[in-house]
Amino acid sequence: MPNIQTPRRHKPSARRGREPVQQRPSARAPVARGVFGHANELPPQVEQAPQPEPTTGTRPKPALEGSVLVTGVCGRLGKLLARELHRTDQVVGVDRRPFADRPKDIVHHQVDMRRKKMKDIFRARNIRAVVHLGILHDRRRSDRDRHTWNIVAFQKLLDYMSQYEVPKLVVLSGANVYGPQANNPQFLSEDAPLLGAQHFGGMRDLVELDMLAQGFFWKHPDTETVVLRPCHIVGRVHNAASNYLRLDRPVMVMGFDPMMQVVHEKDVVRAIQLALRPGVRGIFNIRGPGEMPLSHLIRQAGGRPRLVPSPLAKVALDQLWKLRLSSFPAQELDHLRYVCMVDDSRARTELGYEPAHSIDRALKDVRRLRYQME
Amino acid sequence: MTCLVRRVKSRCDESLAPFPIDACRICPHDGCMGQGGSIVPFAGWRRMRLMGESPIRQVLRSVGDRVVRIAEEVVGQDIDARIAGIKTHLNEVGHDPFGFDPETSRYALAMAALLHRRYFRTQVSGINRVPQGRVLIVANHSGQLPLDAVMIGSAMMLDADPPRFPRSMVETWTAELPFISTLYPRLGQVVGSPENARRLLRQEESLIVFPEGARGISKTYDQRYQLTDFGLGFVRLALETGTPIVPVAVIGGEEQYPSIADFKPLARLLKMPSFPVMPQMLFGMIAPLPTKYRLYFGEPFRFSGDPDDDDSAIEEKVWLVKSTIQSMVNRGLRERKGVFV
Repeated sequence: MPNIQTPRRHKPSARRGREPVQQRPSARAPVARGVFGHANELPPQVEQAPQPEPTTGTRPKPALEGSVLVTGVCGRLGKLLARELHRTDQVVGVDRRPFADRPKDIVHHQVDMRRKKMKDIFRARNIRAVVHLGILHDRRRSDRDRHTWNIVAFQKLLDYMSQYEVPKLVVLSGANVYGPQANNPQFLSEDAPLLGAQHFGGMRDLVELDMLAQGFFWKHPDTETVVLRPCHIVGRVHNAASNYLRLDRPVMVMGFDPMMQVVHEKDVVRAIQLALRPGVRGIFNIRGPGEMPLSHLIRQAGGRPRLVPSPLAKVALDQLWKLRLSSFPAQELDHLRYVCMVDDSRARTELGYEPAHSIDRALKDVRRLRYQME
Repeated sequence: MTCLVRRVKSRCDESLAPFPIDACRICPHDGCMGQGGSIVPFAGWRRMRLMGESPIRQVLRSVGDRVVRIAEEVVGQDIDARIAGIKTHLNEVGHDPFGFDPETSRYALAMAALLHRRYFRTQVSGINRVPQGRVLIVANHSGQLPLDAVMIGSAMMLDADPPRFPRSMVETWTAELPFISTLYPRLGQVVGSPENARRLLRQEESLIVFPEGARGISKTYDQRYQLTDFGLGFVRLALETGTPIVPVAVIGGEEQYPSIADFKPLARLLKMPSFPVMPQMLFGMIAPLPTKYRLYFGEPFRFSGDPDDDDSAIEEKVWLVKSTIQSMVNRGLRERKGVFV
């Protein structure tokens, strides 16, 4: 007997993967201004797209052909990036989560990155760049989960990229892959070894992901691979650094007060936009406006440090972690003891990156939590 | 402004009174609280708590301020003006990227000034030979505790004009020790790594280097003033960054803690470079002997060449620096009348 169902309720799983119909351009979409936002900031080597004729009723032409695929688009950073990018480019988002309040011209695929469906997206859409933000940082997830997500899924993504000859890859790694160590130089350059997993096994997959991206850089010279390694990203994001600064009485290890760097989330978004320019490739450290001791940072964020001796802090945090009362594993205490700061001179010269948001502003956003656009 | 009653200098320029009778008592500013606003001990604690600063910190600050005032009176120099006179390279948010903190350093400089002028009565000659801009100060190491670095540093801060802020490279393991790892960066000390040294020299800063390292500082008394092997790294660094090298001879350091033997098994057990056996410790004298320090600054060397040259080529330049320091040490030893005078 044939299954009589209305098409509206037909197979929810298939519906989830269905490609949405191309939407009409929203009235909010501004005129094309190039990837950078401002035409006068264009570097000389980039050909400026021909200005479209001011005819009414047509969609402004994107600066470059093809669309930008953003993985992990439903995270806060992904949403911010998508909202910035969709003004000038066609954006395709991929995430397991729904993107409820997305702008109408963003195409969102609610799929798991590990599924075959990813290949269909590459096949169906003319992808000109991939921004990989879909990295699992949650320490509570099992090792297996993190491995399949961060390594296996990323490997597949790289396979599709080489298969469909996508010319650009931007990976958001982090300065944590260098690892906080007592013998670190004050500022780590891009050539420094990635020792993040030396004392903390939980970092292994993130280091490996960074290595995979570097390997892809050499194996596929036709693809411009950019690896960004920002210091602690703060703002309205929900990462460890922001959550730590949101505490009223954050724990500090007694007798240690390392210098810290933080960068505002919007500066990172801007760095990704700059990295998407044609001709940019390589590894770039991203740093915020200046560095200050951790205690100053906490006070400026409105908290009061709680000084705990190192052995006690380790034991207590271990127990709290086991009882699921804390979201910080004890090995991450090294971040509160040793320096892990980066030198961004390369990003400044080659990428043209300059942090625009002050530390004050970043810390204000940490406290505010509320998601809103400028 | 100076309080006329108690003859202490107020840290604050403003006062509510039309004339400065007792600036520290009536001044509404927090900085003056630490000097004891009231004659009743601990009377200000309640107000301190309300201001959000911990009482311990406040007490430490008041003690530190007192030390600075005493040092200024004894030495006859304005410590704060010296600290203010140095050039630092602050970042966008007004902090030194390496963690130097002038507030902490003024206490340390006050202590060092007392040691420099009164305890060791240091005699400095040739400090004008230290050139402006980037410079490597290379000296012989001695004395079990690195007081020679303190003396060179205070000479640069108090005797040089304008004051020079010296940074010294410290052992990596100090970054693992609680409190020390906080204190050293605040005083401008930097963990010894070639990257850090390069960055500081490119910022036109001055670095104190002891190429003998731990070998030099833990010499026994019979080997006093005999320079041990120099490392080669400092010459490579100087060639790479085009930095002049100023040789410095330190006399007087070897006699501050005479050591008669090196107890190696215990040193291995404690993971220390050496364990000196010091007779004065047996008599309960923890402080160093008050020897007279003499610092001789030599003419700067300006080397040129390839920093990645063979060791043999670099060794020649190292030998030149080492033999200059050795001859300066020998001449200094001949000229001095006694260890304590």
